[in-house]
Amino acid sequence: MRIRKDREKFIRLLLLAIALSAISILALISIFIFSEGLPIMIRRGFKAFLLSSDWYPTEGHFGLLPMIVGSLLVTAGAMIIGIPLGLAGAIYLTQFSSKKVRMVVKPMIELLAGIPSVVYGFIGVVILVPFVRDNFGGPGFSILTASLILGIMILPTILSISIDSLLALPPAYREGSIALGATEWQTTRLVLLPAARSGIIASIILGMGRAVGETMAVIMIAGNATSLPRSILDPVRTLTSNIALEMGYASGEHRQALFATGVILFIIIMILNTIANLTSKRMSS
Amino acid sequence: MIEKRDRIRGISAAGNSKMKEKDRERGSTGSSFFCLFFFWLFFTFFYFSCSLRPGQKGITVAGSTSIQPFADQWAEVFMARLPGRVINVQGGGSSAGIQAALSGAAQIGMSSRELKPEEKVLKEFIVAWDGLAIIVHPSNPVDDLSLEKVREIFAGRIISWKEVGGLDRKIHVVTREEGSGTRGAFQEMVMHGERITKKAIVQDSNGTVREVVAGDPYAIGYISLGLLEPRVKAIKLDGVEASIENVVRGNYKLIRPFILVTHGEPAQEARDFIQFILSEEGQNLIQKQGLIPAKLVCLEKLKGNSFK
Repeated sequence: MRIRKDREKFIRLLLLAIALSAISILALISIFIFSEGLPIMIRRGFKAFLLSSDWYPTEGHFGLLPMIVGSLLVTAGAMIIGIPLGLAGAIYLTQFSSKKVRMVVKPMIELLAGIPSVVYGFIGVVILVPFVRDNFGGPGFSILTASLILGIMILPTILSISIDSLLALPPAYREGSIALGATEWQTTRLVLLPAARSGIIASIILGMGRAVGETMAVIMIAGNATSLPRSILDPVRTLTSNIALEMGYASGEHRQALFATGVILFIIIMILNTIANLTSKRMSS
Repeated sequence: MIEKRDRIRGISAAGNSKMKEKDRERGSTGSSFFCLFFFWLFFTFFYFSCSLRPGQKGITVAGSTSIQPFADQWAEVFMARLPGRVINVQGGGSSAGIQAALSGAAQIGMSSRELKPEEKVLKEFIVAWDGLAIIVHPSNPVDDLSLEKVREIFAGRIISWKEVGGLDRKIHVVTREEGSGTRGAFQEMVMHGERITKKAIVQDSNGTVREVVAGDPYAIGYISLGLLEPRVKAIKLDGVEASIENVVRGNYKLIRPFILVTHGEPAQEARDFIQFILSEEGQNLIQKQGLIPAKLVCLEKLKGNSFK
C-alpha cells in the first residue's frame, strides 16, 4: 500500500518536473533577454529606442523604429499573400475537389514546410530579386520581395491546419445546409467557415508567428537598409535580421542594444498573439 | 450497540477523511516546495554550466572573419609540421578577437581593422595586407572615380549614375553590416568620419556583396581585393587600377592591414605560430590567395596615404 502510494507520488513529481522544465526554459530565455536588454533601454530611455530612426550602434544611436516598421510591414505583406491563397486552397481541397486530388495536393503543399528557409532565400535572391528589379524598379531587395517569399513560406501552415479544421466538422453541417437548398458556395461561406473559425484563426496565428520570426530568408532578400521605407520597393530591415546580422561583431553597448531588439521583438509577438486570441474569442462569443 | 458502532465508524470515517485531507495538503505543499526546489536546481545548474570552461589545449586564435580562412590554412600547415601542437581558430569578428586577446580568452586575436587607442595596449603583428576594391557591374560604363566621388556616393549625396558620367539610373549602394572589419576599414579610409547612407543595402559578407553587385547593373559595393572575380568590375580610384602590383608600389590607397594581437609578449607557443606565419612558407600560402605579404608593403611608402 505504502509502496504503491510512494510510487504514485514519485510519478506525479516526475511528470511535474518534466512539465516544469519546459516552462523553465521559457522563463530562462525571457529572464536572459530582459536582463541583457532592459538595462540599456532604461539607461537610454525607451523613446530613443522606439521613436528614433537613427541606428548607428557604434556611435551610440539605437533607434529601432525602421526595424519595427520593417517587421510589421513584411509580416503584413506576407499575411496579405498567404491568407487568401491558403484559405482558398483549403476551401477548394475540402469542398470542391475530389478526395484523390486532395490526397496528392495536400502532402505536396506540406512538403513546402520542410524546405529550409535558406533555400527560399536563395531562390528569392536568384529569381525574385532580379524579377522585381527589372519589372517594378528599385534595387529588387524590397518589402515586396520579402513579403512574396514569406507569403509562400507560411502557406503550408495556413493551408494544412485550415484543411484539418474544415475536415473535422461533422458531415451533418454540410448535408443539412445542402438539404435546405443552399448552394455549395453558400454552405461553405455561411456554415462551414464560421464553424471552423477557431482552427482557421489558429492557422493564421501560427503563420504570422513564422513570418515575424523568419530570419535567414529575410536577411537574404529584404536588403536590410536601416532607413524608414517610403514604398514597398524600398529595402527594409526586420528586427530578427538586425539581431542576426550584427550579432557576430557586436560588443559592449552594441551587443546590449541587440538584446534590446530581442526585448522589443518579444513584446511585439506577445501583442500580436494577444490581439489574435482576443479577436478569435470575440468572434466566437 | 449499533449506535455506538456507527459512531465509531463515523469517527473513524471522519478521521480517515481528515487524514486524507491532511495528506493531500501535505502533498500540495510538498509539490510547491518541489517546484521551488526544482527551479532553484535548474537555474543553479545553468549558472554553473555557464561559468565552467572546457579544458583548453594548445592555443586559441580568434577574431576577424576576413582573416579566419587564412588562419585556418596557416594552422593546418603548422600543425602538420609540428605534430602535437594544437591551434584552435575561431571567428567572431575583429572586435570580439581584440576583446578575447585582452581578456585572455584567446592567446592571439585577429583584427582586420586598425586598433583603437584604448586597444593599443596589445602587441601588434602585421601579418598581411589586403586591398579594398570598389566594385560595380561589368556593364557599368563608369570605370574611374575619385575618392571624393566614392565618398559622396556612399554618403548618399550623389544618387544617380548620371552625376559621375554613367546612365541616368539611381545608384544602389551596397555596404557591410555595422561592426564588420571591412566596413570599419572602408569607413576609415574612404568616409573619413562621414556616415554611410541609411538607404544602403546591407549584406553580411564579402561574398554576398559581390553576389548582389554581380546581379545588379546599378549597384556599387566594396570587397576584399583578393575576392575579385570577372563577374564584377573593380573601378579605378583616381586613375589607379585596383591590383596587387599597385598596392605593392604604394599607388593604390585603399589597403588595410591584417593584424594579429597578443596581450603582452606572446608565449612560446603563440610566438612559434606567428613566426611561422611571417616565414616565407607562411607568406607564400596567402599570396596564392590574393593577399599581399606583410613585407612587400613598405610602411614608408604609405606615408600620406589614408592609412597611418
